[in-house]
Amino acid sequence: MTATMTPERSGTEAGDRDSFGRLVHAEWTKFRTVRGWVIAVAIAAALTAGVGLYAASGPQSGCQPAGPQGPIGPPAPCRPSNPVGPGGEAVSDSYYFVHQALHGNGSITARVTSLTGRSSPPGGGIAPGPNPEQNFTSGIQPWAKAGIIVTASTRQGSAYAAMMVTGGHGVRMQYNYAGDTPGLPGAVSAASPRWLRLVRAGETLTGYDSADGTHWIKVGTVTLAGLPATVQAGPFVTSPAWIRGQDSGLTVATAVFDHVSMPGPQRGVGWRGVSIGAQAPEASSLPGRFRAAGGTFTVTGSGDIAPAGPGPTNIGMPADDGFVGAFAGLIVVIVVGAMFITAEYRRGLIRTTLAAAPARGRVLAAKAVVIGSVTFVAGVIGAAPVIPVGASLLRSHGNYVFPMSALTEVRLVAGIAALLALTAVLALAAGTILRRAAGAITAVIAVSVVTYFFSVPLAVLPASAANWLLRVTPAAGFAIQQYIPAYPQVNNVYTPEHGYFPLPPWAGLGVLCLWAAAALCLATVLLRRRDA
Amino acid sequence: MSEALHAEWTKLRTLPGTGWLLLGAVAATVIISATVSAAVSCSSTAACHVDVTRLSLTGTYLGQAVVALVAVLAVSGEYGTGMIATTLAAMPGRATLLATKAAVVTAVTLAAGTLAVLGSVVAGQLILPGHGYNPANGYPALSLADGTVVRAAAGTVLYLALIALLSLGIATVVRDAAVAIGVVLGLLYLFPILTQVVGSPGVARHLQQIGPMTAGLEIQASTGQAHLPIGPWAGLGVLAAWAAAALLAGAVVLRIRDA
Repeated sequence: MTATMTPERSGTEAGDRDSFGRLVHAEWTKFRTVRGWVIAVAIAAALTAGVGLYAASGPQSGCQPAGPQGPIGPPAPCRPSNPVGPGGEAVSDSYYFVHQALHGNGSITARVTSLTGRSSPPGGGIAPGPNPEQNFTSGIQPWAKAGIIVTASTRQGSAYAAMMVTGGHGVRMQYNYAGDTPGLPGAVSAASPRWLRLVRAGETLTGYDSADGTHWIKVGTVTLAGLPATVQAGPFVTSPAWIRGQDSGLTVATAVFDHVSMPGPQRGVGWRGVSIGAQAPEASSLPGRFRAAGGTFTVTGSGDIAPAGPGPTNIGMPADDGFVGAFAGLIVVIVVGAMFITAEYRRGLIRTTLAAAPARGRVLAAKAVVIGSVTFVAGVIGAAPVIPVGASLLRSHGNYVFPMSALTEVRLVAGIAALLALTAVLALAAGTILRRAAGAITAVIAVSVVTYFFSVPLAVLPASAANWLLRVTPAAGFAIQQYIPAYPQVNNVYTPEHGYFPLPPWAGLGVLCLWAAAALCLATVLLRRRDA
Repeated sequence: MSEALHAEWTKLRTLPGTGWLLLGAVAATVIISATVSAAVSCSSTAACHVDVTRLSLTGTYLGQAVVALVAVLAVSGEYGTGMIATTLAAMPGRATLLATKAAVVTAVTLAAGTLAVLGSVVAGQLILPGHGYNPANGYPALSLADGTVVRAAAGTVLYLALIALLSLGIATVVRDAAVAIGVVLGLLYLFPILTQVVGSPGVARHLQQIGPMTAGLEIQASTGQAHLPIGPWAGLGVLAAWAAAALLAGAVVLRIRDA
């Protein structure tokens, strides 16, 4: 008897899944049989790729590091580039280094008794001739650094760990460019010196600091993969460019070290000074110098040891600029997303749809699945060529492009596709809520494209207001295209205008997700309550 | 002709959305303008290189989208409901129909635009001096007695009317409301986003000169006119050319196509 019952009617979970599958299939059939929609989604993919590649084919970078007020350094050859750090990221690596080889395990200790600095005036101010710093004014940069460093080699971009005093952020332990751990707070002076120590054991480096040279506090331990047996170690000084509003300029810092001790043949002998990176093409630093007298080292350096990102003092462009094409695509998918439901209202098809599938929430869910999947695939197809082809186009025109790993590239392409898909779902929900295509499209474009437009390209809003908008509106999703993080320990202008979003990439996409989900919930409630 | 105008006015007036949308256009413009005015601050003469007149009219960037929506719905709404057949039966002169629609939409946009611009300027007058944009820092108060401010304000009203006409023309060509609003907003917002990333300054400047929004809104410029990509009135002229071309295309297809 029971064998004659059809499983579809039994109302089991499998049956529910099956009927949802049929709903998705029905919605997919509706989508693919409207030629205009299929063409529109193809156009969205083509625009994403085409506009992005067009944007990448144009720019020609100058051959001199330029601030808005003019050149900020000596002329550099074309094709500037940043050194590449151990993680494959672009880094700044310019400092003055007083070094010796350290064979095998051992430790280096030094006391810093003074750290002072001087800054160039706005618009360059590098005097020609033997004394380039004669127009500088005194003042220390908060992130000027002086301390001891253990580095794999004197080549730029080498793995390192360092203990340092800073101009305004106390003692820090920094390593491999991105790593930063705070130590003792407060500024350094002769009355309040700072003792620093680095202990090497294999690939592990441990940093200690002390105010008196007897009571030591451990700051941190880091592992530097592949650190060679013989490393270079010694005091270093560096000082990053200053940035104020639209102005920027080079700075130098001078530190006094004593009680420098390291295992070696003879104390105070064999130290060599070298300006790391001062000859580099980007020349974001000045050459440094050092003087040793009776165990006291006076070291002057300029530059930074830190991750490098786009900004006023850093020439080069992020490859994600090419994703501008996604905007063109975005407007098209918003139109299609809204029409996917409003066309049914206009033609009265919605009544047939709801008669065939009375579970209204599931109809909307099926529609969301179909429009989300279709636009995601279109996004992947459109965005995939933008980074590899766009970056090579940019490079072939002599531009410097910040490098990215293959994994990041995949994340960016998937992220842009998700941005398109979620925005299409948001438009679908808005279309369900308003039941009018034009109103829904205008509303979604206003909250996503126009909000982004206000915050970034137009940049009429102060950074605080722009950051707020890019946190709470669906435009937060654009954060997914940022692949160079902002670092609090690096001087830069972290505004949306320069490509830094206030939220991390996935969190930004999460905000857009919440918007789409909330709009879908409201749409479901209204769809259930209202007559069709 | 006056009967045609009266008919179009009745249709537009009695649509449930029109009044609310026009109110929304005014509110969007004034609220965004006031918010931006309140969000900026200027502490010394050196720190702020801002065109105060343009700043106080920032809301135009959003308000124009609502104006475009009103214009699109005035045409596409008739196609959506099939009303267009009745309209054309009653008024066989298709060019006359488009002209009267344009006249009515222009009239309501001019009225709403005037309110929006006056509201924005008043908000700027009230808010900006408190944020450092005052005579002490070298910023004379915004005044409608100043010829440049009048040009920017009146020009913005005309700008909104031209956006409405551009939208009307595009909607007549494509008929479907969703596609029409997508085309209009894409045309408006994509040009400025593109100019940001086209690295070649020459191409970027050229894009700014031909973009309907980028060129048209130069009418709001009150400082740095030597560096504008295109002069204020010439810029508005570019937008007028876009609007005229769209209307012409609309008139042609309306004439040769079945409704």
